[in-house]
Amino acid sequence: MLIRRPPDIPPREITPERLFWDRRRFVGALGQGLGALAIGAVTPGIAACSTGERLQQGDDKLTPWDDVTGYNNFYEFGTGKGDPKRNAGSLRTRPWTVRVEGEIAKPATYALDDLLRPFPAAERIYRHRCVEGWSMVVPWMGFPLRDLVKRLEPTSRAKFVEFTTLHDPAQMPGQRSDILAWPYVEALRLDEALHPLTLMVTGVYGKPIPNQNGAPLRLVVPWKYGFKGGKSLVRIRFTERQPATTWNVAIPHEYGFYANVNPEVDHPRWTQARERRVGELFRRKTLMFNGYADQVASLYAGMDLRVNY
Amino acid sequence: MRQAKALVFAAALTPFLWLVRGVVSGDLGTDPVETIAQVTGVSALACLAATLAVTPLRRLTGWNAMIRLRRMLGLFAFFYALLHASDFFVFDHMLSVPSILEDVVEHPWVLFGFTALLLLVPLAVTSTSGWVRRLGGKRWQRLHRLVYVIAPLAAAHYYLAVKRDVTWPTVFAVVFAVLLLARFVGRPARALRRGPLPSSGPER
Repeated sequence: MLIRRPPDIPPREITPERLFWDRRRFVGALGQGLGALAIGAVTPGIAACSTGERLQQGDDKLTPWDDVTGYNNFYEFGTGKGDPKRNAGSLRTRPWTVRVEGEIAKPATYALDDLLRPFPAAERIYRHRCVEGWSMVVPWMGFPLRDLVKRLEPTSRAKFVEFTTLHDPAQMPGQRSDILAWPYVEALRLDEALHPLTLMVTGVYGKPIPNQNGAPLRLVVPWKYGFKGGKSLVRIRFTERQPATTWNVAIPHEYGFYANVNPEVDHPRWTQARERRVGELFRRKTLMFNGYADQVASLYAGMDLRVNY
Repeated sequence: MRQAKALVFAAALTPFLWLVRGVVSGDLGTDPVETIAQVTGVSALACLAATLAVTPLRRLTGWNAMIRLRRMLGLFAFFYALLHASDFFVFDHMLSVPSILEDVVEHPWVLFGFTALLLLVPLAVTSTSGWVRRLGGKRWQRLHRLVYVIAPLAAAHYYLAVKRDVTWPTVFAVVFAVLLLARFVGRPARALRRGPLPSSGPER
C-alpha cells in the first residue's frame, strides 16, 4: 500500500545554521535600512527577532531541542517539568478536529488539515518566559493567528477569542487529577489575537511540534507568560464577554487575565524582575513585555498594569 | 549501634553524593540550579523529619539507643539547609546582600526559609557534648525546642514556594504535625507532671 506523506524536510536541514543566521542578519540590516515600518508590517516576527538589539546583544541563543521538548509545563500530562515528555505519548493527534464558533460568520468543525491548509508555516524565533521565572528562546513554526481570525470573519460583537485544550483523561493522564478545572481554557482580547506577533504554532525546530509541547496546534503569545499559550487546541470561540481562563479561575489574585510579562509587577509570592534563561546559571533581568514592548505596549495604553496583571 | 549509625550516615549523605556526581558529570537536568534547590530542600526537610521522629519512635519501640542518631540527623538537616540557601544566595542573588534582604522582606516564602535557617544555626553550634555541659541539660533542651518553630516554618516555606501542586509540601506538613503531636500524645501523664523525661536529653 502506498502511504503518501508530505515532504518532511525541515527548513533547518535545508539551510545550514550559519547561513540561516547570516540571512537573519541580512534581513535585520535590511530592516534597519528600509525602516522598521516596511519589515514590521510584513514580517513582524523577523523584525522582532533580528533587530539590532537582538543581534548586538547576542545573548538570545536558541534553547536546545532537548530542553525545549523535555522541560515544560503541560499539566494535562503531570505537574513535573519532565512529565509532559514522559507521558504525552498517549496523545493521538490524528485525526484531529477544531471547532470554531461563537461570534463569527460561519461556525464549523474543521479537520485540522483543512483548517491549516491556507496558512503556510514559517519559522519565528521567540523568547518564552514562564510565570515561574525561567525562560527559553524557541524557534517555533507557525502562522499569525490574525490570518486565521480574518478568514473566520468575526462579527462586530466579537471582543475576545477563547482557546480550549482537548479534554480526554484517557489520553491526558494529568486530567485524572483535579489540579486544575479541565478543560484548560485561555483567551485573548481580539486586538491581542490580531497582533502580528501572536502565533498559531504547528512546529518547532522545523519539525512538527511534539505532543508534549502542545501538538498538533497551540497558541504562542511571546509577550505574555507561557501559560497564556493554550496547547492541543480543539476549540476556538469568539465571544463578546471576557472568558473565564483556567489559571485565573484557579488562583485569581496570582494569575490575571492579561498575564503580560512585567518585571515591575511581582507574582504575589515571588519576584518577576529576573528570570533564569535555561542553560544559564545566574538570573538576568526580565524585560518589559518580554522584550516586545516596542510592538505591543500600545495595546495597553492608559491601562493600569498593576490592576490588569 | 555503630552499624546503625554508619547506615544512617550513608543514607543521609546519598543525596549529596548524587548531586556531586551530577555536578561533575554536568548532568543535573535542564535547570541545575533548580535541581540543586529541590534535592537539598527536600533532603533538609527529610532529615528534619527524621530528627523529630527519634523521640516518638524511641518511646514506641523502647529502643533508647536511637537517641544517639539524633545529633547526626539534625546536623544533616542543617547541612542540606545551608546548601539549599547557598544555591539560592549564589545563583539567584549573586551574593548581593541588599538583593537577598529585599527578597526576604518582600516574599514570605523566602522569609520563612531564611528564618528557619537562622534558627538552625544556634542548634548546630550547640550540638556538641561540650555545649550540652556548658548550658546544662535543661537549658540545652529548652534551646533545642526551637525545632518546634523551625519545622512549621520549613513546611510553610515549601508550601508557598510551589506554584500549584502542593502534594509534597502537604506530605511534609502532615508528617511534621504528626511528629510534633506524638510528643504530647505519646507521653505518659506522670512524666508530664514531672517535667521532661531524663532520657530525652541529648546524646552524651
